[in-house]
Amino acid sequence: MTSIIPIESLRMKPRPDPANAPTIDIRETLFELEAAGELIVHRVPEPYVEVMTKYGRTKRIPEQMTWHHKSCGQCGHIPGYSTSIFWLNRKLGFDYVDPTDQTSCTAWNYYASATSNAAAQAGVAMRNFAAAHEVGYYPLIHCGTSYGHYKEVREEIVHHADLRAQVRDIMGKLGKELVMPEEIVHYSEWVHAMRHRFAELQVYDLSNVTASVHPACHYYKLVQEDAIYDPDLYGGERTATVSALVEALGATVGDYSTFFDCCGFGFRHILVERDFSRSFATMRKIEVIKEEANPDVVLTHDTGCVTTLDKSQFAAQAHQRNVGIPVMSDAQFAALAMGAHPYKVCQLHWHTTDYTALLEKMGIDWEKAWIEFEMDVARIERGEIEYLSWEDAGV
Amino acid sequence: MAAAAPVTTFATAGGATLSPDHYVDVAYEEKLRLWDEVKADPRFPDYLYGCYECGICVAACPSAKFYNFSPRKIAQAAAREDVELIFEQMNDDVWNCSQCFSCNRCPRQNSPGGLITILREVAVNNGLASSKAALEGYTRIVYKIMTTGTQVSPDMLQADAFPDWGPGVMEVSDNLELWRKALPPETLHTTSMSWQVDDKTLTELYLIWHYTGVMDLIAEVDEGLHMIILDVMEETLEEAGFEI
Ligand code: SF4
Ligand code: SF4
Repeated sequence: MTSIIPIESLRMKPRPDPANAPTIDIRETLFELEAAGELIVHRVPEPYVEVMTKYGRTKRIPEQMTWHHKSCGQCGHIPGYSTSIFWLNRKLGFDYVDPTDQTSCTAWNYYASATSNAAAQAGVAMRNFAAAHEVGYYPLIHCGTSYGHYKEVREEIVHHADLRAQVRDIMGKLGKELVMPEEIVHYSEWVHAMRHRFAELQVYDLSNVTASVHPACHYYKLVQEDAIYDPDLYGGERTATVSALVEALGATVGDYSTFFDCCGFGFRHILVERDFSRSFATMRKIEVIKEEANPDVVLTHDTGCVTTLDKSQFAAQAHQRNVGIPVMSDAQFAALAMGAHPYKVCQLHWHTTDYTALLEKMGIDWEKAWIEFEMDVARIERGEIEYLSWEDAGV
Repeated sequence: MAAAAPVTTFATAGGATLSPDHYVDVAYEEKLRLWDEVKADPRFPDYLYGCYECGICVAACPSAKFYNFSPRKIAQAAAREDVELIFEQMNDDVWNCSQCFSCNRCPRQNSPGGLITILREVAVNNGLASSKAALEGYTRIVYKIMTTGTQVSPDMLQADAFPDWGPGVMEVSDNLELWRKALPPETLHTTSMSWQVDDKTLTELYLIWHYTGVMDLIAEVDEGLHMIILDVMEETLEEAGFEI
């Protein structure tokens, strides 16, 4: 039975009043610490877009001058994810930096193995933030876990003077200052803020496409108040990120009952105890989504979620489970809708679950596109070009 | 000689009351020392405010659906300071957690997942045999992240490592060099790192590991791994003018 809950039924809830927020506005504390000479607050550059967060506060999302804090899982195993984020920036003609002075947040390892500690984790975060500040570009965090973890680090730095002093001392030894961004911004929040501009540049009609959304746990469950909510979407009860993009692009949001469940990634499980990840991803997410919404695609906004939900379906198919929905990021979906090349940009050949039916429904000739990609790969192999360039990717 | 441990009882899921029958050979003082270490973590007071026993965290918890595991029990044991049970959980339960933080839904504002992060960290720091066992097979990940600053490298995609991910993995590994060159962002033409990281950046990362005691922690868990990581770091740090 299909049960797409009409989103209209949840609309028109009043905006929450930030005066009633159960938490302090950490930005105010940051500015107080700055005034006391404890740290530097990296201001969101203008122009920015204002969005609403969980308790009705306003968050500033920079349009450009962004320093792209990449994700190791995206760049390593699903590189079309990162490439699509950059492609979207270039398509809008935005100035950005793809830094080599960046390390991973190392939080995947931390949440998997605990072979680190609070000071080291804060040190890694603050080193990256200082590096962004030094070149004058604003951190835009690609990974949901980095984003969630950095919000936790910000809480710890703000509330624990000892830790703050320890990390400031370490930064001093590295020749760096203690710098905290005014807002910690996830790339999917930037996608959310830019969604209407993407829609203006859209080349494919998505009115016959249904997309179900899996929200990333570390995006909205860690330091919840920072995630984007919208009273007009899910009545402000669930994060609006990704779902609002689907609506802006004219596709249908396919709702389902296990929206709140995680993907099963598990950090250590996906690497060394994958039977759990596979079982959870298929039985609690993909099968439920297929049964209740039967969408053309599952969209999510984090590294681990794309990986787990996509890769887990292969073995499940062998067991005749009711799976078989392509999975990709909001950025890849938006880029496809705007005419990005499915292989040169979105790099869908790194994904596992069959996505060709979705592309056909969108009106994309994937067979022709694959031949084009293979021709480019052959040019690289023959030494005619060293790498595929942005020009080759149409931006 | 260690003082006799207080008799601790606890309820099983089925309602029967049992005495813990393992870890009896570990002295109560040792278990208490570890618990004190957990409580001394500056994050601890933010993760536990008491517990209603409402079970909301369990309903939200993915690991509770597939393992004999309960975030409520973790919060309860910590709130009661049940040192015996906490030690048992530190060994038998904490590695089941997915660290998703769905349990942050707790109406008491607890973070059972956060408690578990600390419990794991104390277990690793103190070289508990169970933590060493849990980290078996994880060594190369720790090596990768600590030495390259990126965790998931493209060359980890090998068919024998991910047989359940289908034939696409082999296709990626067979075409790895070429497919990495077919990526427009110039930082992504790497195969053994997720992206290109500057030497200066790595030097700074290595110094952070040293200054914060992470290298000592690694020595505690795996002496061999510690030696290998140290070896890699030494050269970079010496070139940058730092002595370890
Ligand atoms: S963080 Fe751990 S205990 Fe909490 S919900 Fe997730 S798996 Fe369960
Ligand atoms: S949700 Fe919170 S209060 Fe309820 S059982 Fe879990 S830890 Fe206790």
